[in-house]
Amino acid sequence: MFDNFVVPDLLPAAPELFLAFMALAILMIDLVVKDSRRSLTFALTQLTLAGCLVLQLWTSTDQVTYTFSNMFVDDLIADLLKVFLYMTVMVVLFYSRGYVMDREVMNKGEYYVLALFATLGMMVMISANHFVTIYLGLELLSLSLYAMVAMNRESVSSTEAAMKYFVLGALASGLLLYGMSMIYGATGTLEISGIQMRLAMGGVNKTVLVFGLVFIVAGLAFKLGVVPFHMWIPDVYHGAPTSVTLFIGSAPKLAAFAIVLRLLVGGLLVLWQDWQQMLIILAVLSMAIGNLAAIAQTNIKRMLAYSAISHMGFMLLGFAAGIIATGERAMLNPFGYTSSMFYVLAYVLMSAGGFGMILLMARAGFEADNLEDYKGLNKRNPWFAGMMLMLMFSMAGIPFFIGFFAKFAVLQAVVAAGQIWLAVVAVAFSLIGAFYYLRVVKLMYFDPPAEETPVRAGLDMRILVTANGLAVALLGLFPEYLMMFCQAAFVQSFGG
Amino acid sequence: MSNYPLLSLAIWIPIFAGFAVLATGSDRNAPLARMLALLGALAAFAVTIPLWTGFDVSNGGMQFVELRSWIIPFNINYHLGVDGISMLFVVLNAFITVIVVAAGWEVIENRVAQYNAAFLIMSGLMNGIFTSLDGILFYVFFEASLIPMYLIIGVWGGPNRVYAAFKFFLYTLLGSLLFLVALMYLFIQSGGSFSILDWHQLPLSLNAQIWLFLAFLVAFAVKVPMWPVHTWLPDAHVEAPTGGSIVLAAIALKLGAYGFLRFSLPIAPDASHELSGLVIALSLIAVVYIGFVALVQADMKKLVAYSSIAHMGFVTLGFFMFSPMGIEGALIQMVSHGFVSGAMFFCIGVMYDRVHSRQIADYGGVVNTMPKFAALFMLFSMANAGLPATSGFVGEFMVILGAVKFNFWVAFAAASSMVVGAAYTLWMYKRVVFGEVANEHVAELNDVNLREFTILAVLAICTLWMGLYPQPFTEVMHASVGDLLRHVAISKIQ
Repeated sequence: MFDNFVVPDLLPAAPELFLAFMALAILMIDLVVKDSRRSLTFALTQLTLAGCLVLQLWTSTDQVTYTFSNMFVDDLIADLLKVFLYMTVMVVLFYSRGYVMDREVMNKGEYYVLALFATLGMMVMISANHFVTIYLGLELLSLSLYAMVAMNRESVSSTEAAMKYFVLGALASGLLLYGMSMIYGATGTLEISGIQMRLAMGGVNKTVLVFGLVFIVAGLAFKLGVVPFHMWIPDVYHGAPTSVTLFIGSAPKLAAFAIVLRLLVGGLLVLWQDWQQMLIILAVLSMAIGNLAAIAQTNIKRMLAYSAISHMGFMLLGFAAGIIATGERAMLNPFGYTSSMFYVLAYVLMSAGGFGMILLMARAGFEADNLEDYKGLNKRNPWFAGMMLMLMFSMAGIPFFIGFFAKFAVLQAVVAAGQIWLAVVAVAFSLIGAFYYLRVVKLMYFDPPAEETPVRAGLDMRILVTANGLAVALLGLFPEYLMMFCQAAFVQSFGG
Repeated sequence: MSNYPLLSLAIWIPIFAGFAVLATGSDRNAPLARMLALLGALAAFAVTIPLWTGFDVSNGGMQFVELRSWIIPFNINYHLGVDGISMLFVVLNAFITVIVVAAGWEVIENRVAQYNAAFLIMSGLMNGIFTSLDGILFYVFFEASLIPMYLIIGVWGGPNRVYAAFKFFLYTLLGSLLFLVALMYLFIQSGGSFSILDWHQLPLSLNAQIWLFLAFLVAFAVKVPMWPVHTWLPDAHVEAPTGGSIVLAAIALKLGAYGFLRFSLPIAPDASHELSGLVIALSLIAVVYIGFVALVQADMKKLVAYSSIAHMGFVTLGFFMFSPMGIEGALIQMVSHGFVSGAMFFCIGVMYDRVHSRQIADYGGVVNTMPKFAALFMLFSMANAGLPATSGFVGEFMVILGAVKFNFWVAFAAASSMVVGAAYTLWMYKRVVFGEVANEHVAELNDVNLREFTILAVLAICTLWMGLYPQPFTEVMHASVGDLLRHVAISKIQ
C-alpha cells in the first residue's frame, strides 16, 4: 500500500519544519507560564525566529530545489524574502513588546504563537510552487491575522476591524480559489511550473484561462490591498491594535509579493499582455486614490494605510514593465520584477519604522495615533523626530534615502519599457504624496508641542528605532548590494 | 593640480561638520555649536580656495575630476569635476556659508545646533550639485537640498512660514520630478549611461530634444525662478530667517541657471535654438514686469526678492543669446548677485533684528542713528541698481552689450529695466534711510556691531573688487564658455 511513498527531501523546508515545531512547543510551554513571566514566551519566539534565520542561511544553496512532489520550491528568491521576513517579524515583535505588555488583554502567549503561525504561513506562500501550497499558506496567514486583529477584545473598533477583515479576506480567498479552479480546468494541473509548460505547448482554451486570470488578479489585488480592492486596508489598519497594524503593514507584503511573482511570472507568463494591462490599471488607481485619500486623514494609522495602498500601486508598476514588446517580439525585462522586489523590501523597512514610531509614542491607555500627537516632537525628543523625519522623506521618495532608489528603480524599468507616460503619471502622484509626508514633518518640527512631557522609551526601543532609521539612510547611500541580490535571485528562478 | 579629492572634501566637510554640530544637542551647548559650525564652514571654504588658485584657465574641460562607481546595476557613478562655469559657484557657496553662520551668530537663539547644521548640510549638498557630472548624482543632491531648506524656512521663519515652506518644497519637487523622467529617458537613449558628459555628445532628434528641453525648463525655471513660476520665491524669502534668505538668493537661485548651462544648452542644442525665443520672452517679462512689481512693494524683503527675480531674468536672457558676451555676463551677474543680494538681505536682517519689522513704512531717517550701516547699505543698494564700479554693473552691462548684437529691441527693453531697477532700489533706500527720524524705534537704533560690520565690510570688498577688477572672475570662464558655445553651435540631429 505504501509502495509508492517516498520520503520527501526535508532539507529545503527545514526552517518551516523547525518553526512549526517550535510554535507548537511554545504553545505548550506558555500554558505553564504566568502572565508576569511573559518575557519568556517572547524570548523563545525571538529565538525561534533567529533559529529560522540561521537555518535558512545554512541550508541555502545556489540551486533551485523542489521538494514535496514539486509543491515546494527553495530558490534564491525564497531565501532572500524569507531572511527579510524573519528579520521583519523579529523587529516587529520587538517594537510591539512594550505596547503589548502595557495592555492586559493582549499580553498572552497566543499573541506570539499567532505571530509565529502567521510567519509560517508567509514562509509557505513564499516557497509555494503549487496552487494548494499557496492557498494553504495564505489561509494560515490570514486566519492568524484575523485572530490577532481581534485580540484586544475589549475594543469595539478592533472587533469591528477583525470582522471586516475576516469577511473581506474570505471573499478574496474565494475569488482566488475560483480563479485557480478555472486555470486548473483549462490546463489540467495545479503545479505552477507545470502550468507554464502546459501553456507553452498551446492548445489551451483561452477564454477559460483569461476568466480564471481575472479572478486570480482580483484575489491577489485584495491581498496586496490595491484599488479597487483596498476597502479593508484603512479600516483594518485603523481598528487593529497598533502592534498588529505594524505586523499586517509590513511582513505580509513580502509574502503577497512572492505569490504575485510566482503566479503571474512563474505560471501565467504567457498571458502577460492580459495581466500587465490589469496591473497598470490597478497601479494607477492605487496611486491616485491612495495618495489623494491620505491627504484627508487626521489619524496617522489611517494615513499610513492609504500610503500603503499607494506604495503597493507603485510597486505593481514594476510588474507592468516586466515585458518589453518590440514589434512582434516580447522580451523579458528582469529589471522590472527586480525593481518591484527591491521596492517591497524597501517599503517593508520603511513601514516597520513608521508604525514602530507610533508604538514608541504610545503609552498605556494612550494610542498616539492622531497626527496631532506628533506636534512638536522635535522639542520633546529631537532624536526620534530625526528618525521619523528620515522615514517620512524616504517614503516620499526624497534622496538620499532608500525610498528614492526604490522609486527610481521602478521608474527606470517603466521608462525602459517605453511607457514614459506611465512614469509621468507615477511621478505626478508621488508629488501629491509628498504633501502628507511633509505634513508629518511639519507637525514635528514647525509646530509647538501640545504637551511638554519628554518621550521616554526603553533602551531596546531606542536602539531599534535608530537602527531602523539608519538602515533607511544607509541603504539609500549604498543600495547597490541589495539591488544586485534581488537581480541575481530573480534571474536564477526566471531567467532573463 | 593637487592630489587631494578637493571636490569631495568641499561636499563632505560641511555635511559631516553639520552632523557634528547636531550632536552638540540642546541649546545649553549653543556656543559650542556656533564655534563648531564656524570652524566647519571655514574649513570647507579653505578647501575650495585651491580650486581657484590651482585652476587651469586655458583648459575648458573638467578639472579636479573624481570618478568612482556608485550603483553598478544602473551604471551610476560618483563622478565629480568642475569647469570654468561651475568652479566659481563652489567657492561662492562655501564663502556664503561662512557669512550665513556668522550672520546668525547672536540672532538665532532657538535650536542653534539644528539651525547651523541645516545650513552646513545644505551647503555641502549644493556643492554636490555644482560638481556632479553624473545625472543621478546631480539629481540626488538637487532633491536632497530641499530638505534642509524646507526645515530652515519652516522652523525659523516668520509668521506665514508653514505655507511658504510647503510652497517652496512642492513647487521645486514638481519641477525636479519631470527632470528625473528626462534623465531616465536619456539613460535609455544613450545606451545605458548617466554621464552628463556622454549626454553632451549624444545625437537626438529634434522632437526628443524639444521634450527634453521642456522637461529641463520646468525644473530649472522653477529653481531660477522665471516668470510665471516665480511666485514661491517672495513667500519663501519673506518667511525665511535672514540666513535662509541669503542662501536662497546667493546660491539656491543659481542652481537653476547653472542647470541651463550644464543640461539644456549642451544636451539639447537644437531645441535651445528653436525655443530660445520663448526663454528670452520669459526673461524679458521677468526683467521688465517684475521690476515694476518690485517698485510697489511695501515689504523690504519682498522688494529685494522681486529684484532677485529681475536680476535672474538678466541671467537667463544672457544665456540664450548664444554669445560669449551674453553667457559670461550672465555668469558674472550670478556671482555678483550672490554678493549683492546676500548683502541686501543681511542689511534688512540687521534692521529687522532691531525693529522687528520689514515694512518700509516703519522706517525713515535710519542714517541719523546708524551712520556706518547707512553708508554700507548705500553701497549695496547702488550695486543692486547696477552702478558702475560695483559688481552689479559688470554683468548687466555685458549682457546688454551681448543683447545689442543679438537684437536691438531686446537690448532696449533690458537696458530700460536698469532704470526701473535703480528706481525701486534707491527709492526704498531713500524712504528707509533718509529723512527725519520716523518714530521712537528708529530713534533707539544702535549702529552695527563689530560682527555685523565685518560681514558687511567683507561683502563690500567683494562687490567693489568685482566691479573694479573683474578679470580674475572672467578669465576662468573664458575657455569653458568658448567650448560650450562651439558645442552648442553644432547640430545634434542626425
